[in-house]
Amino acid sequence: MIKIGNAQAFWGDRIEAPAELLAEYPDLDYLTLDYLSEVSLSIMAAQQIKDPDLGYAHDFIQVVKSLIPFWKKGNKVKVIANAGGLAPRKCAEECVKILKEASCPLQIGIIHGDDVKGIIKADPADPLFNNLDTGAPISSVIKNLQTANAYFGARPVSEALIQGADIVITGRVADPSLTVGPCIAHFGWPAHDFDKLAQATVAGHLIECGTQATGGISTDWLQMPHWKNIGFPVIEIDGSGNFVLTKSSAAGGRVTIETVKEQLLYEIGDPDAYLSPDVCVSLSGIRLAGRGKDRIAVEGAKGKSPPKTYKVSATYWNGYRAEGTLAIFGRNVREKALRCGQIILDNVCRSGYQIENSCVECIGAGDLVPGIAETVSWNEPLECMLRICVSDHRLEAVESFSTQIASAVTWGPQGITGYTGGRPHIRPVYGFWPCLIPAESVTPQIEFKRS
Amino acid sequence: MKIPLYYIAYARSGDKGSNANIGVIARSENAYLFLKEYLTSEKVEKFFFRLKIREVQRYELPNLGALNFILKGALAGGGSLSLRTDAQGKALGQAILEMPIEIPDELYPLGEIPSSS
Repeated sequence: MIKIGNAQAFWGDRIEAPAELLAEYPDLDYLTLDYLSEVSLSIMAAQQIKDPDLGYAHDFIQVVKSLIPFWKKGNKVKVIANAGGLAPRKCAEECVKILKEASCPLQIGIIHGDDVKGIIKADPADPLFNNLDTGAPISSVIKNLQTANAYFGARPVSEALIQGADIVITGRVADPSLTVGPCIAHFGWPAHDFDKLAQATVAGHLIECGTQATGGISTDWLQMPHWKNIGFPVIEIDGSGNFVLTKSSAAGGRVTIETVKEQLLYEIGDPDAYLSPDVCVSLSGIRLAGRGKDRIAVEGAKGKSPPKTYKVSATYWNGYRAEGTLAIFGRNVREKALRCGQIILDNVCRSGYQIENSCVECIGAGDLVPGIAETVSWNEPLECMLRICVSDHRLEAVESFSTQIASAVTWGPQGITGYTGGRPHIRPVYGFWPCLIPAESVTPQIEFKRS
Repeated sequence: MKIPLYYIAYARSGDKGSNANIGVIARSENAYLFLKEYLTSEKVEKFFFRLKIREVQRYELPNLGALNFILKGALAGGGSLSLRTDAQGKALGQAILEMPIEIPDELYPLGEIPSSS
C-alpha cells in the first residue's frame, strides 16, 4: 500500500499546504501538486514575453523551500508537480539552486516535449487540429496561436520515478496522471492493465482539486462540523488498485460518501468514457463504502484502452479585456444598475469605440446565474454590485472603457458608492482551443538534474 | 407538494471548455428513483432558459444515485472568453438546487434535509 497526497489544486492555492500535509502525514510516499488549468499556460506565455526567466509556476519554488526541512530530517516523500508549465527546465534549475544553497541533495526528473506548437503551425489544415468543441479549423486563429501543449500521461512520470527522481517536474501532464505515475512506478502495472489504471485515474481525479474532496465547495458546506483549516486529501492505494480516500484527523473538513460523490462528478462528461492519456475510464461500476471516520473506500472503476491521440490544449491571443465594479444601494437597484451600465457603454461609444463584447451584471440581484431569480420568486434586494466587463481586439477601445467608469459616482443614482480600486486593469484575453494530435508525433523527454 | 430540489439532492458543477456540467446526487434511493423520472434534460434546459444552452445531455449513474447533466454552450464562450462573473459554471450547482419540484405527497419525506448543527 502507498500513500499519495495532493496539496496544491491550482496555481493560486495555499503555499503552506504541502508542508502542513507532510507534517500531518510524515509517512506520505508521494505528494502531487497540480498547477495547470486550461489557460494557465497562456498566462505563463504572457509572463514569459515580459520576463524570459518566467514561464512556470513560481509558487512551486516556495513550496520546495518549505519542504527542505522535511527532506533534511530524512523524510523520503517524492514530489510530482506539473509546475514546469512552459519551462520545466528553468523551473528545475531554480529548484536545484535553492536545494544546493540548503545542502539538500536530491535528484530532479524533468519531463518536457509536450510543446506541439511547431507541429500545428507546420500543418494547420490537419482536421485533427479542429476545435473539439466547435469544429472550427485552427487556421482561423493560427496567427495568434500562443501555446499548444499535448497532455502526456503517467508513463514518463513513472519512468522518472523508477530512474530515481525525488522530485518530478513536468509541463503539461494530464492531472490524474500525476497520481497514476507513482502507482505504476511502485506496483509495476503493465500498460494494458486498464482496470487498475482506471482505479488510479479515479484516485487522481478525486484528489487533483485538493480540498474539493474533503469538504470544500460541498453542497452542505455550512453544516460541516470542523470547518477550520480543511485538510488536503490522501489516498491509500494497494496493488489491486483499490483505494481509500482520507484526510488527517488533525485537520478540518470531512471525507464522506457525499463529498466523494460530488468530486467524482466534478467536471466530467460521459461517465462511461472519462478519457485520460493512460486509459478510458468507466465510472458506472464504482462502489463507495465508509471505512470509519473520514475514510471512504473506492472500488469498481473499469478501464479500456485510451485513444491513439493526445489531447492538446492550445491557446490563442484574442484581444484585451477589463472589468469594473460599483456598489449601489437603494430602491429599484437593479434598474438603476442596468441604466448605469448602459450609460457607461454609451459614453465609450461617444468616445469613438463601439465595444465588440460587453456584459453588464447586477451581482446580488440575481445575475450570477441569469433567470433563476425570476423562477424562484424572491424579493428585490436593497443593494447590488454593478459589474461591467468588456473585451475588444483594440487596446484603445478597452482603455477608453477603463476611463469611463469613475464618473458614474457623480452622474449616477443616489446610493452609488464603492469606487476605490482605481481604473480597471487591462489584461490580454486568451481563448482556449482544445484539439487532438496523433500520439506517435509527440515523444515525452525525460532528463535529470542533481542538487 | 412543492419543494426545492435541495431538499432531496445535492450537486456540484464546473466547466468543460464552453460547456458546463452539473452532477445532481439524490439524498436517498427513493429520491434517485423519483429524480430519474422527473428531472429530465428538458426541465433542466427550461430552468436555465436565460443561459442560451444549445442542448442538455443527461447521463444516469444508478451506482451513485446521481444524474450528470452536460449543458452545451452554457458558458458564453467558456472559462477563457466569457465575460460573465461565473465563466466556469461554478454557481450552477447551487442554482439547480433551487429548482422548485413537485413531489407526490406520499413520497415525502424523500430524504434527509440537512439542518444546521
